[in-house]
Amino acid sequence: MAVISYREALRAAMRDELNRDKNVVIMGEEVAQFNGAYKVTEGLLKEFGPKRIVDTPISEAGFIGLGIGASMLGIRPVMELMFWSFSYVAFDQIVNNAGNIRYMSGGLINCPIVIRGPANGGTNVGATHSHTPEAILASHPGIKVVCPATPYDAKGLLKAAIRDNDPVYVMENTILYNDKGEVPDEDYIVPIGVADVKRVGTDLTIVAHGRAVITSLKAAEILEKDHGVSVEVVDLRSIRPLDEETILKSVRKTHRALLVEENKPFCGVDAQVAYLIQSKAFDELDAPVHRVSSIDAPQIYCKRMEDLQMPSVERVVAEALKVLA
Amino acid sequence: MTKEAKIALYTKMARIRHFEQRCIRIYQQGKIGGFLHLYVGQEAVAAGTISLLGKNDHLITGYRDHGHGLMVGMGMNECMAELTGKVTGCSQGKGGSMHYFAPDKNYWGGHGIVGGQAPLGTGLAYAVKYQGLKGSCLTFMGDGAVNQGAVHEAYNLASLWDLPVIFVVENNGYSMGTSQERSTAHPGCLAKRAEGYNMAWDVINGHDVYEVRAKTALALKRAHEESKPTVLEIFTYRYFGHSMADPDKTYRDKEEIKTYRDKKDPVLLFEQELLREKVLTPELSQTINDAAMAEADKAAIFADESPDPTLADITKHIYWEEDNRGPKTTSRGTIIFE
Repeated sequence: MAVISYREALRAAMRDELNRDKNVVIMGEEVAQFNGAYKVTEGLLKEFGPKRIVDTPISEAGFIGLGIGASMLGIRPVMELMFWSFSYVAFDQIVNNAGNIRYMSGGLINCPIVIRGPANGGTNVGATHSHTPEAILASHPGIKVVCPATPYDAKGLLKAAIRDNDPVYVMENTILYNDKGEVPDEDYIVPIGVADVKRVGTDLTIVAHGRAVITSLKAAEILEKDHGVSVEVVDLRSIRPLDEETILKSVRKTHRALLVEENKPFCGVDAQVAYLIQSKAFDELDAPVHRVSSIDAPQIYCKRMEDLQMPSVERVVAEALKVLA
Repeated sequence: MTKEAKIALYTKMARIRHFEQRCIRIYQQGKIGGFLHLYVGQEAVAAGTISLLGKNDHLITGYRDHGHGLMVGMGMNECMAELTGKVTGCSQGKGGSMHYFAPDKNYWGGHGIVGGQAPLGTGLAYAVKYQGLKGSCLTFMGDGAVNQGAVHEAYNLASLWDLPVIFVVENNGYSMGTSQERSTAHPGCLAKRAEGYNMAWDVINGHDVYEVRAKTALALKRAHEESKPTVLEIFTYRYFGHSMADPDKTYRDKEEIKTYRDKKDPVLLFEQELLREKVLTPELSQTINDAAMAEADKAAIFADESPDPTLADITKHIYWEEDNRGPKTTSRGTIIFE
């Protein structure tokens, strides 16, 4: 098993699927000649040529809509958004067209499109480039949303997304692109809708997704070392479909839950997870469910303050101790 | 065109006319909910363009989509039942008037958001080209759509990538209840905007089905042989409001509608032409129109007698993977929530 970066894992997933299925096309701003704004698609143009790896103009509504139309006729486009923040100018295409076409046609038309790119704050670029729209998009039936936290999950989820017959939106994280981890060379997928227990524990369940998983794992180590607390970390991996069983199983074991996400708190993913826990595991709880999310304001530019705005290891530790009190 | 082809074309136009007029009565009976955008007055546009399409030619349109559906060969029954929200409708009562689909006949809808279908049509044309087929995608829109950003982005991509797409602007003079003069800068010629994207364009008299066919054929040739896009602006007119919810009292006068009905009606003009050509006789015309009316009446009864979708149907057709769960599907977990 090779140790590769999250970025290389995503690229490996695309290379595998480009080789496996001639209908797979990679499309987006600067994905080909420029080798990708974040170098995720580096080298693919050279390997697969301009028919399969396509540079688009800065025209998200146009090229995402084009990909949706092409997918209806059997192409399997993997569209890169330089930032998921830019999806907002293509919202009608992403939600109304991709998300509704199968339903409104009574199942006659499928839309096997993948849209991928980074969706994260923490990079000192201000509010317009720091959106995390997984909750917004996952609130639309017809759409699937995944948020890989590790290189293994990034490759497996992206491969599953490309093979999936529904629209799947893959939200990556620029801060994770250089993170390294073990990734099998052989073919595998991570099924969409299956959470992963990234750390086993007995006293507290932390539920997280995306980079919040990495933050939570660091916090769990401190909680163990400094406070003698055994923390279980559940990585959702997929927002919709949601692996309710893995969340509930963990809460039934630890009887306490802390939910961590980099979204703003209002109507975040964890609002739904908190509802799930109180609805299906109310009697199991020994304490109220707590949340740690970004401070509820547009993303601040100032780097020092932005680091405080987002869930930090310190904030997760402090909130965990409140749940355990 | 052969005599038979001309009669078939007239028959299709008459069927659209009578279907739409039957819809009015059903709407007034309160059996059609939501919005109902009628195609009456615009029949020659769908008839002229769609009658030219071959097996690798596709089409997609906005919400005024009944005429296109009937032209590709959708049955009146499934179309009428969709309007009344019945499970026997073309979209099983899940789409409604604005969302007809028949992908088996290369008809990709039926789209509710103005201009939102333009990138999709461009993508269908992209797929045809990618697959190495000699085809095209007719991408219809109204005159109101030309001011939407998505349309301009589609124009740019279509020209930049030499895609075999034909953008058909059905210019009926009004974007909802706002006239072209009040909504569009440089209103004289909407097709001319194609020049800004280095695309071919043409304007067509949409009351003359022969002219529609002749000029659309040139655009199709360009798509098939050169893989190049075209913008066609087809001047037409709708007799009823934007939708049935539009009382049609504030933005145009009745005299204008009457003039179009009396002097430029595309179905009437084509009938007169075919009588002149001795392709039609008054008796044959009567037979065709009676049959179309009877077919629409039968469709109304079919729609009436069909069942509603069930409560369980609400959560079907959301995801392919959910409707087909098995060892091969890539999804697990909860995907439809309480």
